Amino acid sequence: MPTHTLRAKHRTSTLRTLAFLSPWLVGFGVFFAYPLVSTLYFSLMRYDGFGVPEFRGAGNWTYVFQDYPMFWPALRNTLWLVLVMVTCRVVFGLGIGLLVTRIKTATGVFRTLFYLPYLAPPVAATLAFVFLLNPGTGPVNSALEGLGLPAPGWFTDAAWSKPALTALALWGVGDLMVIFMAALLDVPKEQYEAAALDGASPWQRFRFVTLPAISPIILFAVVTGVIQTMQYYTQPLVAGKVASGVIGGSGQQFEPGYPDKSTLTLPQLVHNLGFQRFDYGAACVVALVLFALSMAFTALLMRSRGGLIQAGDR
Amino acid sequence: MPGIPRNAALVLAATASLALLTTACTGSSGTGATDDPNAGTTLTFWHGWSAPAEVKAVRANVDRFEKAHPNIKVKVVGNINDDKLNQALRAGGSNGPDVVSSFTTSNIGTFCSSGAFLDLEPFIEKSGLDLEATIPKPMLDYTRFEGTRCALPLLGDAYGLYYNKDAFEEAGITRPPKTWSEFSEVAEKLTEPRGDTYERLGFMPNYHGYETVVGHYMSQWDHAYFDADGKSNIARDPAFAEMFRYQKKLVDDLGGFAKLEKYRNTFGDEWGAEHPFHTGQVAMQLDGEWRLGMARDAGVDFEIGTAPLPVADDEVDEYGKGFLSGTIMGIAPQSKKQNAAWELVKYMTTDTEAVVSFANAIRNVPSTFEALESPDLKTDPAFKTFLDIARHPESSTPPASVNGSTYQTTLQDFGYQYESGKVKDLDAGLARTAKQIDRDIEQAK
Repeated sequence: MPTHTLRAKHRTSTLRTLAFLSPWLVGFGVFFAYPLVSTLYFSLMRYDGFGVPEFRGAGNWTYVFQDYPMFWPALRNTLWLVLVMVTCRVVFGLGIGLLVTRIKTATGVFRTLFYLPYLAPPVAATLAFVFLLNPGTGPVNSALEGLGLPAPGWFTDAAWSKPALTALALWGVGDLMVIFMAALLDVPKEQYEAAALDGASPWQRFRFVTLPAISPIILFAVVTGVIQTMQYYTQPLVAGKVASGVIGGSGQQFEPGYPDKSTLTLPQLVHNLGFQRFDYGAACVVALVLFALSMAFTALLMRSRGGLIQAGDR
Repeated sequence: MPGIPRNAALVLAATASLALLTTACTGSSGTGATDDPNAGTTLTFWHGWSAPAEVKAVRANVDRFEKAHPNIKVKVVGNINDDKLNQALRAGGSNGPDVVSSFTTSNIGTFCSSGAFLDLEPFIEKSGLDLEATIPKPMLDYTRFEGTRCALPLLGDAYGLYYNKDAFEEAGITRPPKTWSEFSEVAEKLTEPRGDTYERLGFMPNYHGYETVVGHYMSQWDHAYFDADGKSNIARDPAFAEMFRYQKKLVDDLGGFAKLEKYRNTFGDEWGAEHPFHTGQVAMQLDGEWRLGMARDAGVDFEIGTAPLPVADDEVDEYGKGFLSGTIMGIAPQSKKQNAAWELVKYMTTDTEAVVSFANAIRNVPSTFEALESPDLKTDPAFKTFLDIARHPESSTPPASVNGSTYQTTLQDFGYQYESGKVKDLDAGLARTAKQIDRDIEQAK
């Protein structure tokens, strides 16, 4: 066959492939590649959102990493939440999933009860938690004091604000409960029967039957949990604002992170820099740090996935 | 052409296209107003008020404008916060606002320097307005930045002292304190401790005590946030250290930071009926003029007294001054109806009848000299306190900065550290904070 005919065939084939891929390519380009390149571009510019961007080189990066006093506390808080909150949510979600799959009576009621909090709007749920955990007037501390137990400051105490946010996240664990419940119900019963015949204890059945079978779901829960936590914005902001009492009057600007920067998260910095200080360049630096962290965590988890399954298969 | 260079060329072309596309998306500003203000047109006015009574008052004011300018109709959009405003000003477009307003006076530096709000000077000159003779100086100050006037004040807020007259009488206090030394004595006298909490607190001095923020305290000391070169002056001007030391001592004298914070957590919402001043949990409150109406609406069971905030002991001759703030009004640079927009801005901010009617309706301080003196202004002795504060020549507002109120929040953040005892060395802390403020401003330029 002549070379030009082969080339024409190859070109036609390539065009057809591209045509089939075009919806995804357009979506990828518009919603991922373009924003990413733009973010990178603006991270090197001085830009307030109104004028013409001016090249600043690494200035924004130096400012964020060296001189912006909220960056490192926010990064530490975000990492704390990723490690503690995501872990607790996955363990708690799996625990609730196991519980509801074993309940034999009023199953619908229990599943609904555990799922319902997840449907509460984040602002309303956070407000409710701040009022419930108010150290001065909240019923939780009144009960603790009544029992003679120490009453923490919760959202008003830097040492307790992140655990309080974790408690709020655990209360709304219904989403994970549902996917774990579906995964647990999907584990073949024969495997449990075979393991029982081999004399496996309940823990061994969980360790060597349940866990390997649901490991892809655990991985999914962890990866999506990490990504969600990287975007954690509403709850810490609302909790900080309400607990501090500073809602913001005329001429005031609210600085996030109450108490003592303990509820600062990286997405709050994007808002603070971009929309309160009009410093888009520095905001883009924080956005890129978030992107890099999300990618790194996801890559790490994807690499460890093989290990998790292999361990279960042994 | 070999495959790799072609791919590389494609990647380069795509990157260059994206970069061009990105730069093409940036805004620009212009001042060419070519519309005929006498032609029939419809303006869009965005404001931030959301309470039904306030929205109604804005509409009534606009109705008066439409009556005076029959060729101009105004579409009013309320409940606009600064985030929405900024997005609209960036995006432009035919559905965007022509006339805008914001409660965030501290953002004036950004609004003016970036061109987000149109420079009003050519319009003011054309109209022959003498602003110095029309509007009090502090209000003129918080509507311009580095020589650019991009806004005018649309009513103002004045901050003073509210006190419970019954509690004063009970404690044998005959008049509100005029100096901070007197204030400490009065606050202690009014405080009734009960175990590890209070039956009643004289005053909540903590920086999280609603309006008791660093900036509001500082207005009662002669001070300068910046030196002539625009560098932070907080570590060099002794007024700052004096204020921080005074507030810290007051915190300690009234029971200490932890005890006060615990008590603060029992307070109701600042904007609700359960505000601690309404409930009698505190006997004195630093607040804006709006508190008077809110306290009366809440049906407090004591007589409310108002007075200017105390001043530093060696500044008694300046007693009567206070912190000023307010709403700012400007024109969107993308507006195609800038001359008509100016007519609305001029009317709402400088027409005596408009300013007085609006001030009466929403119980704010009028922002022109004539309106402050107007016989139509509904006032009483308690509200007059705030009108006098607004007129006082030494009343002040923090200077505008290129990065908005970031320097104030940085200083406020230091205040939290100092009042709680986390930072012990005040002078070193102020020096560190000044350095941070300078660095933040350098970053914003």
